[in-house]
Amino acid sequence: MNDGYAVRAEGLEKRYGDKRALDGFDLAVRAGTVHGLLGPNGAGKTTAVRILSTLIRLDGGRAAVAGLDVARQPREVRARIGLTGQYAAVDEVLTGRQNLEMFGRLFHLGGRRARARAGELLEQFDLTDAADKGVGDYSGGMRRRLDLAASMILAPAVLFLDEPTTGLDPRSRGEVWESVRALVADGTTVLLTTQYLEEADRLASRITVIDQGRAIADDTPEGLKNRVGGDRIEVVVAERAEIPRVMKVVARVADGEPEAEDEALRVHASVTDRVSALTEVARTLQDEGVRVEDIGLRRPSLDDVFLRLTGHRAEQTDGTRTGTARTGGKGHRAAETAETVEDKGKGTRA
Amino acid sequence: MSAVEAAHGRTFWVLSDVWNIVRRGLTHYQRQPVNIAWQLGFPILSVLLYGYVFGSAMQVPGGGDYKDFLMPGMFVMTMAFGFINTATVVVYDSTKGVIDRFRSMPMASSAVVAGRGVTDLIIACAELAIMMLTALVMGWRPDGGWEFLAAFGLLLWLRFALIWLGVWLGLLVPNPEAAGGLFAVAFPLTMISSIFVAPQLMPDWLGWVAAWNPLSSTSAATRELFGTPVGGGDSWVEQHALLMAGLWPAVLTVLFLPLAVRRFQRLSR
Repeated sequence: MNDGYAVRAEGLEKRYGDKRALDGFDLAVRAGTVHGLLGPNGAGKTTAVRILSTLIRLDGGRAAVAGLDVARQPREVRARIGLTGQYAAVDEVLTGRQNLEMFGRLFHLGGRRARARAGELLEQFDLTDAADKGVGDYSGGMRRRLDLAASMILAPAVLFLDEPTTGLDPRSRGEVWESVRALVADGTTVLLTTQYLEEADRLASRITVIDQGRAIADDTPEGLKNRVGGDRIEVVVAERAEIPRVMKVVARVADGEPEAEDEALRVHASVTDRVSALTEVARTLQDEGVRVEDIGLRRPSLDDVFLRLTGHRAEQTDGTRTGTARTGGKGHRAAETAETVEDKGKGTRA
Repeated sequence: MSAVEAAHGRTFWVLSDVWNIVRRGLTHYQRQPVNIAWQLGFPILSVLLYGYVFGSAMQVPGGGDYKDFLMPGMFVMTMAFGFINTATVVVYDSTKGVIDRFRSMPMASSAVVAGRGVTDLIIACAELAIMMLTALVMGWRPDGGWEFLAAFGLLLWLRFALIWLGVWLGLLVPNPEAAGGLFAVAFPLTMISSIFVAPQLMPDWLGWVAAWNPLSSTSAATRELFGTPVGGGDSWVEQHALLMAGLWPAVLTVLFLPLAVRRFQRLSR
């Protein structure tokens, strides 16, 4: 099955009771690329990754990773993959170096090569200074990097990254992105799940959008954004009477017709050249003496993608589907707990 | 398959995997030796409290010094509380995704549980050694020879049986905090046994429950072997303490080993 795809899944099904976590999920990831799997909480992202990384059995369909059938050759698959789940799955008591050496020995490298490989990876992931400190003292970003390093011990053909930056601050997030880019430059194929459109956009050359256990779109980030309509400019006016004038000004820079929300005193439109559009609109409105409460740019969010593709908001999906994921969660508790954490995070982000 | 991997057979790598998990467990104690002190804190405190504070007020049926009676009970209690440590490590590893990482690797997944068990037995030996030294300092004088070794063996046998209870509970409880709560369940179970007080001094029905507590059998059997006061008791189970100290852990293993294994396999559901 070496047809240029590192991961292929056809009609994957996974049921927990009568809930369908995956309901005919298809995926094709080209070798040597970063492929984003984008969806809200409970859409089935983690279930898909857990099936592909041999952690749970599938109920229907078939899947191959690195050309090997995940159901029939799990051991062979495991020797060719790396997995980084939602938690940094490293030993908090051991030092960074002890962690990597332990995993290296468990990957059957033998003591000497495990030591050498640990040294290489510590350097590659910029952890040499902290190598002999307990992981308990690491920052979130450092833990993540150690986690990534641990999944890179065998230089796997396919690396699964399940929400690798959830719960990280922006700086740590950037560090993880850097590491992922470096890995792909060395030839690893990455399947990245995320709930952030921005993350998928930054890293992935192709994105599959998943909702209710099914792939609902598969496109390049550009293609996806075009469907949603790119960045939007938003102007909030002080009085409703100003709306027609603002519409006219915004229309000059907009890709399509601007839309107005009378109640919210808001005018918005899709734009291509976001910065010059903003400057232009701000200057013109000032010149014309229009009283503006607020003006800004908004990138299309996962929510916009969902609204456009499914007609319902991601948040709604979340509410009804999180329960689904949790019913099946007894078997995979790391994922389950992470989900709870995310739920809390969502509150602060919103 | 790496060149090193190909040079050895399957059995070699299973044993190697187990050893590496053991090594991890032992490194934990090497890096945080204070953990052993925490684990022994309660039994040692109990020895001091019961031995010195209540000691003079306690009586041992059939005569003998209460401290001598108490010591083997403390060893049993140390072994009994061990399942909480097993459960805590397992629940931590499973909620933090460490077990998932192991399972996504080409190692033997049975090594995850087996390695835990071997680590716990090694730590149990160290704990018993420390407890026994404490007891010796306090004036406890056991018989030596094979009886001593047999008693040591029975204590480890009990600990072995409780590993599976610990693994099962560790995979069952939702988070590490809940594992800490197991102490609240374990403590009464050690009280309603012959660890502190001879069952015949309790109300009839409670004494009956205490006598049939597996911890009582190991306590009585090791008291007998150490040559310290046993505390009498004429029920069948108390008269056959040695037999029951061998049998009870076997029953617990038959019960909880399959439950633990099934729970572990259910992770891939």
